[in-house]
Amino acid sequence: MADSLAHAGPGADESIEPGRRDFLFLATGAVGVAGVAAVAWPLIDQLNPAADTLALASIEYDLSKVALGSEVTIAWRKQPVFIRHRTPDEIARARADDHAPMKDPATDASRVKAGHEEWLIVLASCTHLGCVPTFKGGEYGGWACPCHGSVYDTSARIRKGPAPKNLYLFPYTFLDNTKVKLG
Amino acid sequence: MSEHVSTYEPKTGFTRWLDTRLPIVRFGADLMSFPTPRNLNYWYTFGGILAFCLGVQIVTGIILAMHYDASGTGAFLSVERGIMRDVNYGWLIRGLHANGASMFFLAVYLHILRGMYYGSYKAPREVLWLLGCVIYVLMMATAFMGYVLPWGQMSFWGAKVITSLFGAFPIIGGPLTQLLWGGFSVDSPTLNRFFSLHYLLPFVIAAVVALHVWALHVPGNNNPTGVNVKSKTDTLPFHPYYTIKDLFAILVFVILFAVIVFYIPDAFEKVDNNIEANPLVTPAHIVPEWYLLPFYAILRAIPDKLTGVLGLAGALGVLFALPWLDTNKVRSMRYRPAARIFFFVWIFFSLVLGWCGSQEPQGTVIPGLPVGPTIIDYGPNSVTWLSRIATLYYFAYFLVITPILSRTEKTLPVPDSLYTPVLSHGVAMPVGAAAAPETKG
Repeated sequence: MADSLAHAGPGADESIEPGRRDFLFLATGAVGVAGVAAVAWPLIDQLNPAADTLALASIEYDLSKVALGSEVTIAWRKQPVFIRHRTPDEIARARADDHAPMKDPATDASRVKAGHEEWLIVLASCTHLGCVPTFKGGEYGGWACPCHGSVYDTSARIRKGPAPKNLYLFPYTFLDNTKVKLG
Repeated sequence: MSEHVSTYEPKTGFTRWLDTRLPIVRFGADLMSFPTPRNLNYWYTFGGILAFCLGVQIVTGIILAMHYDASGTGAFLSVERGIMRDVNYGWLIRGLHANGASMFFLAVYLHILRGMYYGSYKAPREVLWLLGCVIYVLMMATAFMGYVLPWGQMSFWGAKVITSLFGAFPIIGGPLTQLLWGGFSVDSPTLNRFFSLHYLLPFVIAAVVALHVWALHVPGNNNPTGVNVKSKTDTLPFHPYYTIKDLFAILVFVILFAVIVFYIPDAFEKVDNNIEANPLVTPAHIVPEWYLLPFYAILRAIPDKLTGVLGLAGALGVLFALPWLDTNKVRSMRYRPAARIFFFVWIFFSLVLGWCGSQEPQGTVIPGLPVGPTIIDYGPNSVTWLSRIATLYYFAYFLVITPILSRTEKTLPVPDSLYTPVLSHGVAMPVGAAAAPETKG
C-alpha cells in the first residue's frame, strides 16, 4: 500500500519515499483510531446512571408499620424491595428446606441478620427478568413471579422456574429493633 | 434485470439541462418502467403495503411527538389526557399510530411468508433477504420502544422484562442493563432515551428499505413459479400494471385498518396500560404485543435464563441463515410438495407459539385433563410443554428439516418459463392486465 501511495505523489522518489510515506500513513491512521475511540467513550458512558441517580444512596424505614405475617414493597434507589415480617411457621419452613436441592443453595441464616430472623429484606425484582413476584403464589409458601412462573420459598430462594438466582440481598443495617437503614 | 436499459427521454429544455446535472427524473422514470414479471399475484403487493405502513407511522408519529412529554412524570398524562382527550383528533392520530404498528407487522409477516414460500431468498437474492431481516429486527426494536412511551403498567413492565434479557449475559450483564436503563431500574432516563431512539429508528428503517429496493432492482423480482425471467415478454413495466395492483391491495388493506381504528381501537391494547407505570407492582399477567408473542413463548419455554435469551435471538438468527440452509435450486414451493407441507406445519407451530405466549406458563392446554406429572418444572399438559414442542419444531424446521430436504427432496418438474402456467391456467389466473399489453403499447 505504501508503494501505491508513493506512486501517487508526483515526483516521488521510490527508493526513499515509501518508508516515510508509510510512517506518515500509519501514524495518521493511529491518531485517527485513537481519536475516534476517545470520542466514542463519552458518547457511550453518558448512558450510564447520572450523578443524581447515583446520589439516591440510603433510606430509613420504620418496621413497626409491618405487622407479623405481612410485607411491604418499598422503593430503594428506584428498585422495589420486599420487607417481610415472617411468622415462626415461615421461618421454620425456610430452615427445614436449608439442605433441599436448590438452584442457588443458601441457608436461611445466610439470608437474614442474626437476631432479626423474622425480617426478610431482599430486592423484589425476580432474578429472571425483573418482575415483582407476588406472595402466596407458589407451592413453597413464598413468592411466585407472574411473568414467567419462577417460584421462591419463604427465604426468597429460587425453587422452580427460569430465574437463575435467589432474590438478591443488598446492604442494610438495623438501627434499633424497629428501624432499618437500607443502603 | 441488471441489464434494464433506461428508456427515459427528457423532452423539455429544462429536463435535458437537469438530466445532465441531477438525473433524478430519469431515476424515477426508470423505477416506474422497471420490467416486472407478469405473473406476480396479490402476495406480491405487501411490499407496497409495507411502504404505505412506514409512511403512516412516520407521519402520525411526528405529529404525536408534538404533543408528547417524554418524562416519567408527564408521559402518561400527556398520552391519556392530552393526546386521547384534549388534542384535536389526538385519539384518531394515536389510534392510527398504535394500530398502525399491528397492521405493519401483519403485513411484514405475510411478506416474509411469501418470500419463504416462493424461495425469494435464494441466489441471487440473498442480500435482498438479509436486508429484509434487518428491517424486521429494526421494526421490532422500534415497536418495543414505542410501546414503552405511553408509560402505563404494560409499557413499564414490558420494558423491564425485555431490557432484563441483557442481564442474562455473564459478567457484562449487570453493567449492560444499568447502561441501558441509565439507573438501577427502568425509570425516567430510560423513557427519555427510548423516545429519542423511537424517533430515530424509523428513518434508519427507511434507509434500509432504500437498500432493500436497490437490492431488489439488481436481480429483479422473483415470481410465483420461481423461474427466472427469460425474455422481455415475461415482464410488464412496473407502472401502470403493478402500481395500480399495489394501490388496489393498499385500499383493501386500508379498509381493514379503518375498521380497527374506528370500531375496535382498543383491540390490541392491554387494559393494564391505562394504569400509570408503578415500579413496585407487576401486573398479574404481562404479555407483549401479539406480534412478539411467538418469541416470548420461546423465551419462556427454555428453563435456563441465558439459554432462553439465546433461543430468542436464535429464532431470529435462523431467518438470516435461511438462504444457506436451503440449498435446493428449485425456488418456488409450488414444485416442492414435501417442503410445502413442512412449511405449513412450521406456520402452524409458529401460531401455536403465539397462542402459548399469550397464556400463563402453568395453564393447561387441553381443558378438563390434568396437567400431569411434573417434568422440568411443568406437567405435559401445560402451556410450557406445548411451547417446548413448538419451539423444537421451529428450530428443527430451519436447522434439520430444511437442509436435509433441500438435498433429498424429489421436486416436481419446473415450467420452462414463468409464462407457461399462466397460459395453461387460462381464466383461473388473475391476469386481466397481462392479457396482451405489449400489443397495445
